[in-house]
Parts: sequence; structure tokens; C-alpha cells
Amino acid sequence: MEVMHMADLLIDIVDVHKRYKVEKGPSVNALNGVSLSIKRNEFVCVVGPSGCGKTTLLNIIAGLESYDSGSVTMHGQPIIGPGPERGVIFQQYALFPWMTVEKNIEYGLKFIRKRDADGNEVRFTAEEKRELAHHYIKMVNLSGFENSYPKALSGGMKQRVAIARAYALNPEVLLMDEPFGALDAQTRAQLQEDLLRTWEKEKKTVFFITHDVDEAVLLASKVVIMSARPGQIKEIVDIDLPYPRTQATKMDETFMRYKNYIWDTVYKMYLEIPK
Amino acid sequence: MDATTPLSPKKRARKLKDFSDGSKRMRYTLMTISIIGGFLLWYFITLIPTINTFLASPKQVLRALVSESAADGRYLKDITISLQRVLIGFGLAFVCSIPIAFLMGWYPKVRNLVEPWIQFMRTIPPIALIPLVILAMGLGEPPKYTIIFVAAFLVMVVTIYQGVKEVDKTLIRAAYTFGASDKDLFVDIVIPASFPYILVGARLGMAASLTTLIAAELTGTTFGLGARIQGAQQFMDTSIVLLGIITIGVIGFVLDKILLFVEKKLTGWK
Repeated sequence: MEVMHMADLLIDIVDVHKRYKVEKGPSVNALNGVSLSIKRNEFVCVVGPSGCGKTTLLNIIAGLESYDSGSVTMHGQPIIGPGPERGVIFQQYALFPWMTVEKNIEYGLKFIRKRDADGNEVRFTAEEKRELAHHYIKMVNLSGFENSYPKALSGGMKQRVAIARAYALNPEVLLMDEPFGALDAQTRAQLQEDLLRTWEKEKKTVFFITHDVDEAVLLASKVVIMSARPGQIKEIVDIDLPYPRTQATKMDETFMRYKNYIWDTVYKMYLEIPK
Repeated sequence: MDATTPLSPKKRARKLKDFSDGSKRMRYTLMTISIIGGFLLWYFITLIPTINTFLASPKQVLRALVSESAADGRYLKDITISLQRVLIGFGLAFVCSIPIAFLMGWYPKVRNLVEPWIQFMRTIPPIALIPLVILAMGLGEPPKYTIIFVAAFLVMVVTIYQGVKEVDKTLIRAAYTFGASDKDLFVDIVIPASFPYILVGARLGMAASLTTLIAAELTGTTFGLGARIQGAQQFMDTSIVLLGIITIGVIGFVLDKILLFVEKKLTGWK
């Protein structure tokens, strides 16, 4: 058991309960006593069958949803709403279709203040915003598409814009809700690698939801397995594979062992769900 | 037949039904044929005397166009006055429907207060309001504006309100995660996201304005295309009737094309 230093602790989720009321029918127990500690720069992947409450958990950390009891804190402060220190990336990209790639990436900067030389809080100038946008467009390999509208981009490119948009705000944690779920296998593999390279370069804490056990083991330093009805954490598996990882890591024997173990656990739970 | 016999080149795989519009050249050729063919058909059936008593020939309509637009300028005056009514009624409706639709989309309380009335009014043909409107406003211009206003307003408010309500919720959540306030959300997300609906609403509202124009001009007036058609019927002057009908069609076509152009310019991102 490794000792966790308080300084390393970024997000602390303690005994969180959440029920949804459903019209005509019993309420759904989405989260039933979920506790999870996320350390700085950790890459956490959450897997589990549909209805296990993983998206609810992400929304709660994002501050987009409330919970019934328990506590969710970041740096020891309770999370009471969304904030730019927590960037969210959605499966459906959520790019603003009337804004160009550049404007999409600049948009969030409007809500951020930085400190100037005298320590005063100031807004970014238009020039600074553009520079930042261009920096992150380059980071996700989309140079040349600054003035394109989202409709002209492929799914993979859209998600890269969304990642650049989140990165541009320099959040402490990235919350990713099945970000590659809608992409074809090759694009997904490439984006996984891109995300790993970016994460290795600009370390961030990542909370990543996926259905894909392969993806979870490839990316995560820690895989959280959740069970459905009620949504609970079943097991947490530390992935002891060195970074940098590539698609070739999937051939590694240790990788296979992790993958088979997690897959079995998830599939057994899936079979137990009454259908 | 021997199973190994190769298929002859003629027996290709069945071609799937083509749902595209076809090539540009084919489209324009067929459109031209259709228009010329239509005029020819019209011309030939009006050669039958019994039909010509109620349907003027293209030549007669053309002659009516020349005499109407020349002499005392009656034709131009009719067009101007009708256009004025349509544009004023439509313009007022456009200006009023946008804020009301946004209020309904944004505030559930406003929606619940207003929606039953809008849904109820929508089922009533604007013509049915004419007697009431005449009693209330007399025979001047205001009753015409009012009838057109009602027709266009209802169509537009419903369309725009649907747009506001159906703004992609993921976009709203995305803006929230950046720290957008409700005001930012409204200005930065809801308004641009509903833009396409505003333009669709405007086109539907414009069509509703034109179709209601004739009804509006039944409220005691001597000028306007609707009134002119009505008047010409009394004298069995079918060339004037047809001229009026075609003119309304052309005006509608041109106005719609203008709005379509604006839509393309403003929502090219779609």
C-alpha cells in the first residue's frame, strides 16, 4: 500500500450518493457510496457497464450535477459548480458550429483572468488569445484549419479541436466522457497516442471514461471498475506499465494480463445485470 | 443454364434508385422544358372557347399587363400597396416574435403562460378574424396589417421558440464548464444557435403573410392585388384575375429567394 501525501491529493470523493427520480417508476440509484481519491497528474480511467454511474460521477466532478450526500472536494475545497480549472471533453465534441476552429479555442479564454506584471488580474488581449489558440492548434496537428468551421472537419479532427480547446484554458484536470467512443478504430488509436504524447509533455490530471477496456489499460495509471445498479466502485487496478506507452504496448504480456482481468470482471458484472 | 457461365456485361448489378437531384445541366434543361411546356399547355387549352370564358390566354394576360402598367399606373399602385401591407405586417410580426419566442424558450413560466394561447390561435384561420378586426379598426390600412401580423406572428413565434428550446444541450453544458454565466449563455450560445430557426421562421412567416394578403384585402379596399383580383372577378375580366395571381406568385418567389440568400450568407456555418 503506497502512502499518499496530502500534497499529491487533487480531487477527493467521499461516500457520494446520488439518486435520480424517474417519472412513473422507482428512483434510480446512480451512485451508492462512491469514494475515490485522484492524485495530481494521475491518469484515471473508469470502466463499467452502462448505467454504472460513471458519467454521473464525471458530471459531479465537473460541477454540472449535484449529489445527495457525501463530499467532493478539489484542493480541499468543495466543488459547487463548473470552473475553468476542470476542462470537460464530451463524446459529441460540443464544438460551437458557428465559430471557426480558432474562435472555438479562444472562447473559453474570455472567462479566464491572468496576472499581469503588477499582479493585477487582467483579461487576455485578442492578440494573446489568438497566439494561444494557434499554439494549441499546432499541438493537435490542425495547423491550416484555423478558419474552418466544425462542419468541414472529420470526427477525429473535431475531437482534437475539443482537446485543444480544453488545453488552452490550462486546466488542472481534464474530464473526458468517452471522448473517442464515436470514432473509427484507426482514428481512435491515433488519438489515444496523441493524447498520451500530449499528456506526457504537459502533465495533467485526467479522469477518462470509456467502454473500451483496451483503451483504459493503454492510457491509465489507474483503472476504476464500477458496477451498475447501484453504481458503486467494484475495484481499483493500478496499471504498472511504464510510460511512454504506444499502440505497441498492447502486445506486452503484462498489458494482456491487465486487460483480460479487467475485461472478465466487467463482463461478469454485465451478465449479472437483469435484462 | 450452366451455373459457371459468366454474366454478360449487360447483366450488371441492379442500379439503386437515385435520390439525388441529378446533374446541374439536366436540372436546368428540365426546368426550361417544364416552364415552356406549361405555357404551351396553358395556351392550347385556352383555345377551347368554353374554357377561355373563365381562363384567359397567355396573350390576353400579357395584353392586360401592358395596359395595366401603362395607362393610369393602376398595376404598379396595386403592387406597391400590397407589398407595403405584407412588409409592414410581416415586419411587425418579425420584430415582436423574436423577443417573445426567446422569452418563451428561456423562461418556463412565460412559456406556460403564453403557449396555450398561441397553440389555440394557431388553429384559427386569420380570415375568421376579419369581421372582428373591421368592427374594431374600421376599413383603413390598420386592419390589413393586423390580419397579416397575426398570421405571420404565430408561425414565426412557434418556429423560433422551437429553435430556442432545441438548442443543443451539450453546447450549453460545454459553455457552463468554461464558467459562462446565464447571460453569456444567452448571448453567446442561445442566440447564434437559434439563428437558423429565425431565418426559417422568417421564410415561413413571409409565405403566411402573402397567403393572408388576399384575405386581408377583402376588408373593404379598392387597391391592392387581392382587391384587384376580387374586383376583376365581378367584371369577369379573367386576364386581370390571372395577372394578379401570377404577380402574387412572382412576388412570393422573389421575397423567398431574398430570404434564402440572407440565410445562406448568415448561416453558412450550418
